[in-house]
Amino acid sequence: MDKDDTLQGAALTAEAAPESMIQAMTGAEMVIRALKDQGVTHIFGYPGGAVLPIYDALFKAEGLVHVLVRHEQGAVHAAEGYARSTGKPGVVLVTSGPGATNAVTGLTDALMDSIPLVVLTGQVPTHLIGTDAFQECDTVGITRPCTKHNWLARDVNELSRILHEAFQIATTGRPGPVVVDIPKDVQFQTGAYHGPELVRHRTYRPRLDPDLGSVVRAVEMMAKAQRPIFYTGGGIINSGPEASKLLRELVDLTGFPVTSTLMGLGAFPASRPEWLGMLGMHGTFEANNAMHDCDVMICLGARFDDRVTGRISAFSPGSTKIHVDIDASQINKTVRVDLPIVGDATRTLREMIRFWKAGRHQADKAALADWWKQIGQWRTRNSLAYRPSGTVIKPQYAIDRLYELTKDREVYVTTEVGQHQMWAAQRFKFEEPNRWMTSGGLGTMGYGLPAAVGVQMAHPDALVIDIGGEASVQMTMQEMSTAMQYDLPIKIFILNNEYMGMVRQWQELLHGGRYSHSYSEALPDFVKLAEAFGCVGLRADKPQELDDKIREMIDVKKPVLFDCRVDPAENCFPMIPSGAAHNEMILAEIDDGPAISEAGKMLV
Amino acid sequence: MHDTKVKLSDVVERHTLTVLVDNEAGVLARVVGLFSGRGYNIESLTVAEVDPMARTSRITIVTSGTPQVIEQIEAQLGRLVVTHNVTNWTAAEAGIEREMALVKVAGTGEKRVEALRMADAFRARPVDTTHTSFVFEITGNPAKIDSFIELMRPLGLVDISRTGVAAISRGPEAM
Ligand SMILES: Cc1ncc(C[n+]2csc(CCOP(=O)(O)OP(=O)(O)O)c2C)c(N)n1
Ligand SMILES: [Mg+2]
Repeated sequence: MDKDDTLQGAALTAEAAPESMIQAMTGAEMVIRALKDQGVTHIFGYPGGAVLPIYDALFKAEGLVHVLVRHEQGAVHAAEGYARSTGKPGVVLVTSGPGATNAVTGLTDALMDSIPLVVLTGQVPTHLIGTDAFQECDTVGITRPCTKHNWLARDVNELSRILHEAFQIATTGRPGPVVVDIPKDVQFQTGAYHGPELVRHRTYRPRLDPDLGSVVRAVEMMAKAQRPIFYTGGGIINSGPEASKLLRELVDLTGFPVTSTLMGLGAFPASRPEWLGMLGMHGTFEANNAMHDCDVMICLGARFDDRVTGRISAFSPGSTKIHVDIDASQINKTVRVDLPIVGDATRTLREMIRFWKAGRHQADKAALADWWKQIGQWRTRNSLAYRPSGTVIKPQYAIDRLYELTKDREVYVTTEVGQHQMWAAQRFKFEEPNRWMTSGGLGTMGYGLPAAVGVQMAHPDALVIDIGGEASVQMTMQEMSTAMQYDLPIKIFILNNEYMGMVRQWQELLHGGRYSHSYSEALPDFVKLAEAFGCVGLRADKPQELDDKIREMIDVKKPVLFDCRVDPAENCFPMIPSGAAHNEMILAEIDDGPAISEAGKMLV
Repeated sequence: MHDTKVKLSDVVERHTLTVLVDNEAGVLARVVGLFSGRGYNIESLTVAEVDPMARTSRITIVTSGTPQVIEQIEAQLGRLVVTHNVTNWTAAEAGIEREMALVKVAGTGEKRVEALRMADAFRARPVDTTHTSFVFEITGNPAKIDSFIELMRPLGLVDISRTGVAAISRGPEAM
């Protein structure tokens, strides 16, 4: 199983390099130099004893903006937001010990969602490693399972190579976070700096080009399909905006329906008729039924996550499955597929389009018309509908109004984790990639606020909204202070249902309504809290005042904490209970009978 | 539509995998951590540098799992940044597997004679001899070593030390 050698342009060997490319400097200076040579403009960090030499070098450096966060987890999520909204790697600088351990949640989050990050950690001096020194921890040991790769740079003459490899590994193939742990003495020592052009990794050669024979077979299967579906994921986003364009083109050519995972929203425009909405646990009726009943599934850059498949044995039982992924280990991991294609999404889509055209393929029009008729019937179920109210703000209504009042702007949305996240995913319509930043794989409460900081840093003039829950935002609330310091007018739109709503929903549906520790007691006054940070606090209690308050939020050129008081008893539907099949969805009862939302309300 | 698929099987198979890796700090921890983190079995594991110039080590792992799990293990090993290549010997069926064991047997009289006789039949060599004990060195495939140990058990088996499996391909080609 040799790794394919598809990376272009072998680097010069160090021996053959001209002298000018190698320069003497300290380890700390190398860090700054390497970041600049890699095109880095922003660093999210927090200082401490073991990184002081690097902070000292940063003090003199020009052209590098350092964003001082309030907690290292915030630094990593901010870097994730930055990376996801720009396509560039996010860079983090933290100290040893607690600085490194605080970064672990963010690293795991980035690993699960394939976000390119380069995280630099300080370490105690090499002679103290292993002695339980002050603020020592085994950073490479702790972060090994939550990074794509990591290094302990013990030798200053190896440091520049490691740093450039770190960027290469984080950003190519399936992207992910990497950690470079740099002992303090190495930061002080002087050594030889090599530029990025001198570095080529010994073993790492991600496979990017798909096997063409397989692409031809895929295209033939697609042409014969009666009930096809594109099941797309974050791989399309990670591959770059070109992949989203090519996906649109392939859908133009075939006329096939498209659904997406939580991670892939925006790769295909939600306004297009082929869009079925998100699939999975809280996906639409039409998307999940189409997945269940399809005869040819074309999975592009998604990984058959358990939140997507439901019960594996009942997952799309009658379909032939084509799986395109850049990471060979995702193929046949949980779901057996008929045609695996290992390759980059952009390149694979390009070849699919080329062979579709070259083969003069046509979709089976008659079969497709029947398929769309069936999908049309599923759509009439209107599975995202909810029972409106004139007295309380329904969370779905709040998202709908937020979308309507912001859709004509350049808007970026981050989220926390819970019901609000799913309502946002279901209802906010994305037309472009890189506009939607949410913690998918790890489901990290506290992700959205710092992620919004990172997004706004990269897009100073855009409207950046964190759709949050009152419980989640309290996990990383302190980053409001960061937003103030850097004049980042992020909007924290809290769907305040006074509950860890998603937990409450599961307790209602699966644990007999025993709401064990899911009520958000002793909530802060979010308006006063905003003011304490120097931000603007807004509150809406009634549906009638919502639009004006949202407009006010948009117009304020400051960070805003918006306390949107919503129906505490609302549940997020549709829902596939864990272990159920796609066609065993629970739907909201909105027309008759005791609606779950009403029943729940009585229990509040 | 399912006939093209690799057969789904619940049968747990034993496979020998070898992984050629860069011999850098922590590489063994990466491999072992991968197995423990994802809940895969390790029946035996050997590792040693094989090329000091190229700084590469060969890790041989004997593992067990369903065919689907074995396929995942190979893919996950292949994904490690330090990995040059992964070979599955049980699938390739062109490999030679060998293991060495040191087996200590204590006893006198008839049992002692019998132990020596058995060792001879297995081409196990005494590498330490006292009036009351032997240490035998035995090399072979793991099954042969298993049977030798079973035979020694009633004859005064005291201690066993096994190296784990090393594997290499037959014929002139490199792995
Ligand atoms: C760090 C972390 N801890 C715990 C959880 C489990 N969890 C998932 S959703 C949720 C409740 C979130 O409450 P809130 O932020 O108010 O959102 P809501 O569901 O009410 O919209 C919890 C506790 C998690 N996802 N992340
Ligand atoms: Mg809540």
